[in-house]
Amino acid sequence: MTAVEGTYAPAPGAAPLWRMLAVQTTFETRLLLRNGEQLLLTAIIPVVLLALLTAVPVFDTAGYERVDFLVPGILALSVMSTAFTSLAIATGYERRYGVLKRLAASPLPRWALLLAKALTVLVVEVLQVALVCGLGWALGWRPHGSVLAVAVLFVAGTLAFAGLGLLMAGTLRAEATLAAANLVYILLLVLGGVVIPFDQFPDAAASVLTTTPTGALADGLRDVLADGAAMPWGAAGILVGWAVAGFAAAARWFRWE
Amino acid sequence: MSSFRAVEIDALIKRYGGTIAVDGLTLSVDPGTITSVLGPNGAGKTTTVECCEGYRRPDAGTVRVLGLDPQRDAARLRPRIGVMLQEGAGLYPGARAIELVAHLARLHAQPLDVATLVDRLGLGDAGRTPVRRLSGGQRQRVALAAALVGRPELVFLDEPTAGLDPQMRRSVWELLDELRADGVTVVLTTHLIDEAERLSDDVAIIDDGRLAAQGSPLELTKQDESTVQFTGPPRLDLASLRQALPEETALDETAPGRYVVRAHVTPQLLATVTSWCAAHDVMPEGLHVGRRSLEDVVIELTGRRPS
Repeated sequence: MTAVEGTYAPAPGAAPLWRMLAVQTTFETRLLLRNGEQLLLTAIIPVVLLALLTAVPVFDTAGYERVDFLVPGILALSVMSTAFTSLAIATGYERRYGVLKRLAASPLPRWALLLAKALTVLVVEVLQVALVCGLGWALGWRPHGSVLAVAVLFVAGTLAFAGLGLLMAGTLRAEATLAAANLVYILLLVLGGVVIPFDQFPDAAASVLTTTPTGALADGLRDVLADGAAMPWGAAGILVGWAVAGFAAAARWFRWE
Repeated sequence: MSSFRAVEIDALIKRYGGTIAVDGLTLSVDPGTITSVLGPNGAGKTTTVECCEGYRRPDAGTVRVLGLDPQRDAARLRPRIGVMLQEGAGLYPGARAIELVAHLARLHAQPLDVATLVDRLGLGDAGRTPVRRLSGGQRQRVALAAALVGRPELVFLDEPTAGLDPQMRRSVWELLDELRADGVTVVLTTHLIDEAERLSDDVAIIDDGRLAAQGSPLELTKQDESTVQFTGPPRLDLASLRQALPEETALDETAPGRYVVRAHVTPQLLATVTSWCAAHDVMPEGLHVGRRSLEDVVIELTGRRPS
């Protein structure tokens, strides 16, 4: 090759993989934290609900102290808001605007893009957990139970939501994803055991609702954090089931453009 | 120059369902040149370029870019090429213009200086504006900056100046000249004939998914015949002029009021045309004797004006 001097002289090459991953994760996290509508779902609604419902007895809390009942539910809501709602909406619009297509021609491998999205979700969840648990602590919440069990539930829950979120983002139009993801958020906020105990619903409905990802995650987290259970295998199993089904379907039907 | 080709496409076929988008296209691009892929909408320009970029898997034929297979060797090829999608697509709507270019820069080993590049494209003022609030022309330029920032050897630009005002278009043309001078190979699609003529070392005219002609603008417009062109009132009755001219002369009104005589042009023939004009009280404005234009070639090859 002839050596050419000049401003635009070719010097191609990918950055090291670890740097691409770090750069992509930082970038996506920054965009997400800057987005007002997303922050409403991931931070403001969970925090306001926790503060409000702890202060005022709106719903019966199934024999628990209100804050002990609410923190696990709000944590489940937080995971859903980030791993499902935010991820689906952001990815849906990235697909619609050709961002995913354009990135496919960049040095960033596709698996690294997906991993960066996973890491972004993780970073935001860590911030959410700090926020919700910090507020809970201030409101008198004193959890017990196994940290390991909580971590397992978080990971399984995140994967369950992310699979479904990506499935939605990769198959529906961006506007449809936006509407559906918000609708699911509201429905499962009310019906998913986040703020209303399952025993307030008819038995038949309750047994269905506990098998939703939100229901299983809220239930599982409550078993550990409020009741001190070791490892809620039932809830974890449901979440793993959703994760496998969601990712299998997303792998089959996700369209990049 | 070595026999190495920056792009080598051989008998490429690409179908979408029942329709054939690219139908046996053969095309090559020499390194360090600007090649324009010119043709009407739907001719297969974008599909061809997207086969080179690795987005589309050819149904038949071969595509080699920098000697690599865009499908099999995608991971090795991607860092070496720059890509600008049509209409400047592919930008995060929530990102700010400079932030986005800087982000893509960080995915590369030795990127260009982002601030300089963004200034060069006249985006300095828009740098902190989110992409979703940029004008179409600004978005185009951000996408162009994103294609160049990784210091690629080869860039594919899909209609890079669409939606730009004339001043910005000229500025982008100058930038592409600088890229070539610095050794970057440029492949662009366009339906603007003046753009292809002004920029290209090589023009590939595509029609109905096939290569209709390829060569430098000079080669494409070269021919034995030359033309006499003039403009006058539209829809003149040319019958008497046709009779006065030698038999194998072609005489057409290619656009309303625009007349083209194709023949072996001699001083006598020119005199015949002008005296016919005088007899009919027609002022032949812009009277011009010369080779045909690239536009004439395109219309002749494709039967229509690229639009």
